[in-house]
Amino acid sequence: MTEATTTRSIPTDSAGLTPGWELGGRTFRSRLIIGSGKYDSPETMVECLEASGADVITVAVRRVNLDASDETSLLHYLDPDKILILPNTAGCYTADDAIRVARLGRAAGLSDFIKLEVIGDERTLYPDVEGLLTATRALVEEGFIVLPYTNDDVVIARRLEEAGAAAVMPLASPIGSGLGVTNPLNIQFILDAVSVPVIVDAGVGTASDAAVAMELGVEGILMNTAIAKADDPVKMATAMRYAVEAGRLAFEAGRMTRRRWASASSPTEGRVGD
Amino acid sequence: MSNPTVANKTLEIVVNGEPRLVAEEATVEAFLVAHEIDPDIVVVEANGVILPRDRFGVTQLTAGDALEIVHFVGGG
Repeated sequence: MTEATTTRSIPTDSAGLTPGWELGGRTFRSRLIIGSGKYDSPETMVECLEASGADVITVAVRRVNLDASDETSLLHYLDPDKILILPNTAGCYTADDAIRVARLGRAAGLSDFIKLEVIGDERTLYPDVEGLLTATRALVEEGFIVLPYTNDDVVIARRLEEAGAAAVMPLASPIGSGLGVTNPLNIQFILDAVSVPVIVDAGVGTASDAAVAMELGVEGILMNTAIAKADDPVKMATAMRYAVEAGRLAFEAGRMTRRRWASASSPTEGRVGD
Repeated sequence: MSNPTVANKTLEIVVNGEPRLVAEEATVEAFLVAHEIDPDIVVVEANGVILPRDRFGVTQLTAGDALEIVHFVGGG
């Protein structure tokens, strides 16, 4: 007897497996958004970006080091024609600081998108939702496309939508924790309450976490540490690409109903010896 | 701040929170070039107001100016 030699190739281009999605008036193919922080080198970051298939990458706005002129800007490694470079306001603890950093980020001239963070607690990096709402209103007024990082609170999510946010981005668990979706029910509440895209931002640790989040029906996932701090970041970027695709496909497919007792998959009639 | 031993007059400004001496009549662009900073990849805020890139070459620094010069770095 010979083994069948047919091998199934894994699709390497995720485009077409699931349709594109809209965010802030633009259509994106990949539902995975990656951060550019914490990589050992910019070259690894670029490799991960390619492996992940992401169409959007976040960056931070920081002071140029005047005494290190060989310091390289990320713009040397990223092509704004191919990818949306999404500035963040990470590290801002007040609405005013976040608004200022958002303006600086936009002045680079790439887009009106801003990933808005107003942090309220150093240890958990939980958002200051009061400052977040204030900054969202102000930046929407100034024509920004505001993507706020928020906690997994349905009330705040609804208020952010009312304030004009283009998406709401609840955390799955604390930034950089890798704990996965600690409260899927809260993400579900948000999905049921708002009509703007819901993007899980922060907390994903490995591929199954990403699939779990996508299966809830969120539009996308933003992650950084899970890829950058994997033993093999490029391989994890690839894993995340498939996990996000798989999770989305499973959501669209609609999972089977959970049941308490077993249900045989093979016919119960015609068994040998019956 | 005056220094009689320096032939060309200088003035003190604050850049990214640190005091810096620059030549009198220097422009923002001259400051960037002197520090080997590519003007195309930075954003400059002068005294709390963002300076459009096409103004770098015509904006002269004056004593006490506060500049923020920022760029994009890795972040989530």
